[in-house]
Amino acid sequence: MSSLAATIQGVFNEPGCAKNANKSEAERKKGCTKQLQPGGAAGGCAFDGAKIALQPLTDVAHLVHGPIACEGNSWDNRGARSSGSNIWRTGFTTDINETDVVFGGEKRLYKSIKEIIEKYDPPAVFVYQTCVPAMTGDDINAVCKAAREKFGKPVIPINSPGFVGPKNLGNKLAGEALLEHVIGTEEPDETTPYDLNIIGEYNLSGELWQVKPLLDELGIRIFACISGDGRYREVAYSHRAKAAMMVCSKAMINVARKMEERYGIPFFEGSFYGIEDTSDSLREIARMLIERGAPSELMDRTEALIAREEARAWAAIEPYKPRFKNKKVLLITGGVKSWSVVAALQEAGLELVGTSVKKSTKEDKERIKELMGQDAHMIEDMTPREMYKMLKDARADIMLSGGRSQFVALKASMPWLDINQERHHAYMGYVGMVNLVAEIDKALFNPVWAEVRKPAPWARAGADWQSTAMAQMEAEAAALAADPVRAEAARRAKKICHCKSVDLGTIEDAIAAHGLTTVEGVKQQTAASGGCGGCAIRVREILAEKVAEPVLQQAAE
Amino acid sequence: MATVTLGKKACAVNPLKMSQPIGGALAFMGLRGSMPLLHGSQGCTSFGLVLFVRHFKEAIPLQTTAMSEVATVLGGYENVEQAIINIYNRTKPEIIGICSTGVTETKGDDVEGYLRLIREKHPHLAQFPLVYVSTPDFKDAFQDGWEKTVARMVEVLVEAPKTAARRDPYRINVLPGSHLTPGDIDELRTIFEDFGLEPSILPDLAGSLDGHIPDEFTPTTIGGIGVEEVATMGHAGWTLAFGAQMRSAAEAMQRKTGVPYRLFERITGLSPNDELMAFLGEISGRPVPVKYRRQRGQLVDAMLDAHFHLGGRRLAIGAEPDLLFDLSTTLHEVGTKVVAAVTTTHSPVLERVETDDVLIGDLEDLENLAKARDCDLLITHSHGRQAAERLHIPFYRAGMPMFDRLGAGHQLSAGYRGTRDLIFRIANLVMADHEENHQPTPDTWRDGLAAPGHGHAAHVH
Repeated sequence: MSSLAATIQGVFNEPGCAKNANKSEAERKKGCTKQLQPGGAAGGCAFDGAKIALQPLTDVAHLVHGPIACEGNSWDNRGARSSGSNIWRTGFTTDINETDVVFGGEKRLYKSIKEIIEKYDPPAVFVYQTCVPAMTGDDINAVCKAAREKFGKPVIPINSPGFVGPKNLGNKLAGEALLEHVIGTEEPDETTPYDLNIIGEYNLSGELWQVKPLLDELGIRIFACISGDGRYREVAYSHRAKAAMMVCSKAMINVARKMEERYGIPFFEGSFYGIEDTSDSLREIARMLIERGAPSELMDRTEALIAREEARAWAAIEPYKPRFKNKKVLLITGGVKSWSVVAALQEAGLELVGTSVKKSTKEDKERIKELMGQDAHMIEDMTPREMYKMLKDARADIMLSGGRSQFVALKASMPWLDINQERHHAYMGYVGMVNLVAEIDKALFNPVWAEVRKPAPWARAGADWQSTAMAQMEAEAAALAADPVRAEAARRAKKICHCKSVDLGTIEDAIAAHGLTTVEGVKQQTAASGGCGGCAIRVREILAEKVAEPVLQQAAE
Repeated sequence: MATVTLGKKACAVNPLKMSQPIGGALAFMGLRGSMPLLHGSQGCTSFGLVLFVRHFKEAIPLQTTAMSEVATVLGGYENVEQAIINIYNRTKPEIIGICSTGVTETKGDDVEGYLRLIREKHPHLAQFPLVYVSTPDFKDAFQDGWEKTVARMVEVLVEAPKTAARRDPYRINVLPGSHLTPGDIDELRTIFEDFGLEPSILPDLAGSLDGHIPDEFTPTTIGGIGVEEVATMGHAGWTLAFGAQMRSAAEAMQRKTGVPYRLFERITGLSPNDELMAFLGEISGRPVPVKYRRQRGQLVDAMLDAHFHLGGRRLAIGAEPDLLFDLSTTLHEVGTKVVAAVTTTHSPVLERVETDDVLIGDLEDLENLAKARDCDLLITHSHGRQAAERLHIPFYRAGMPMFDRLGAGHQLSAGYRGTRDLIFRIANLVMADHEENHQPTPDTWRDGLAAPGHGHAAHVH
């Protein structure tokens, strides 16, 4: 376990991570081991994250070492697509029992690897460590090493037991496993000046294939995709690529940066969501490849392709614009998607009434401000109640979010579209953008909304559950408005730091009492932002407000 | 009669099995105002949550004690305490049901002890319903988790009636197994009510996970049986348990309250429903309503119509024991041959499955058996979709999870009507497969008996 601890430390020290860059040395050491709240919301665990990141490697046998829960409850539930092998969709697990818990499961693990290699002969086996064998002390590194020597095949340990942290940490641990055991272990048959790695892209719903034809047309080769529709061997020789595009910075920044450091492969963070973003990414890819030796005419061809594709996409979207006039969208999603999708929707003429920025970095937020203006409605953390109210008040006509919040919209009888990982439609590139617009149109104008909003014939007017819910919320709001003391208490009770459970009032009091001016100071006094550090941005905003107030007052005097 | 064998592989490939704690968590979801809580790392909960959301297409209440590595090693008292306090304050549940997981069982957390301490430390929780069930992931399976949890609910929540208390002959307790869908439970409720009986269904997924629209926002379950109703189950005249897995809960009920029970191992098929009707007529003192006499006729007719298509079909089935027993016996009764049967865990019903052997194994085993034994009908949960594609035989989805089709919660196979619909659905699949994949061509019989696919031609007419 000590090597796992060291790996986790390494991940936390990632200089490429925007969140980490804002932290002090001591804070960084603590890393993102945010203390999760028992009885609070439940996200995925580190094992989940590692599996998400690596499972799209399609020809690899992914073996989960643990009790049935870890694989049995979850296998074959991801929407990635493969152009070749389907072994990635096979659920392999050691399904350990009581005996293994008592006497250790290493033998079973070894035998499992043997069985997989004999029956399925994959180019590699990835072994995922989970909580129970980590506790009983099964040394998967040693078992993998023994199996590798015995069977002459790569057997890669992925050390990511669920309890070491959240999903995002698991993504990074998966990346570390690739860096340590896979990348650079094989050589390609040939290289060209057009070899591009794509990192942090999972080919959900086959999205990557919406962009691949464009790259093909330009002669740019997806040398390795980590990990969407990826092959083991491609990843193993990916260190010979000329440049890299990083699609999801949260998940795999460590891979992109370390490959730059070790192998001199420059990378940029880009997106294929939205027309302009796609064009920008294509330009950047061409520019980087030219910098690394591709002929400069590549840029001319890229520009020509962009011009043609943009024109096509605009033409396809044009008919929707009058239909979308005055239609308002509420966007609840995380990270990179919040700004790239904002751009995309605005291109289609939709009005954005709000976007969540809970998982966004400072840079993400800056981009949103650029796109939506200074008064951008950024939602830090919205309760289902608030989402519901926003929809019911018709401040939004449709909600775009992940599956978790779909029922809020559906039970409010309001249109909803899945833009997260379980979605069924692909939204990448120019084609995907037109798809997204078409899907929004289908959702908005489906006659089902009029039908389902009709009250039952026996219902008294205004007595349906939706009106009840709304009335209840309005009554609460009215009660608050009538009672300034309670309103103030409610305002101050808003949780700012979810890791350390610190509310707004506590932070405001600390700022006032100690004359604080820095996030660090607030952290020392209240522990806010001492966990994942995600609320540091919010704390900075509160500081800006609170510190500005007396200054303004003084000026007025 | 079947011999039951345990697979010998080290590595489970394409698991059929799901874990105990989420079986327990689902049982808790049949209580009103309930918040199931898994005592483990957050992944334990999130996997279960995603699974249920994808199956029921509903918002699912499920919480975690969010055990970190350090907390796991030191013991989870603080996490359990914090979780209960947080849930109690935030979501105002009527009950919190706690299931252990592999992590906390490996460490050996004494959760019953924790709960005593928590009640002492927080007097306002002294009477609050907290039910704990030990459900390690590395032992048994989904159905066992459900079984243990319902039995535990009976032990903890049902009050022993005072000796003088009279039983209400029209009240019945209903203990449905995890193989019954909310749709099945609704059907049973209707049947009981048609006999003038008042059922208390524990747990009642039909009240909580049947897709109804909630009256208010709540992160807990919004329907299901209330804790106060469970407490009074000792006043019922009878307990009816459905599925062999419910025997322990029924016995617990009898032990605690003296209410006699009748176990119906099956609820799909003609004869089990005849038995049920006869029994209900007996305890209610009412004749079988005309509605069910008609439904019985429809089922008999359906069996006659379907036997042409299902007779001789070679079935490969993978399911948890009670579902496997119920479905395979029903199909056997219309002439289907159960050729390959794979299940997840031990049960006394397995020996009575109408086949040579039942294997406790995974979907790889089922696929291999189906292939080796030339099966031409596959029944299992949605994870069988890859095998069905490779085997290229008709595939009927039954059990949990069913994430790639709609209406899992309403799929009905209980009662005369449910059995009729089930038989039609499967027979229609078989007919469609015949039309699409087994139309004769001029070359079909050119090689006589050696022709490939002759098996299908021989089975389907």
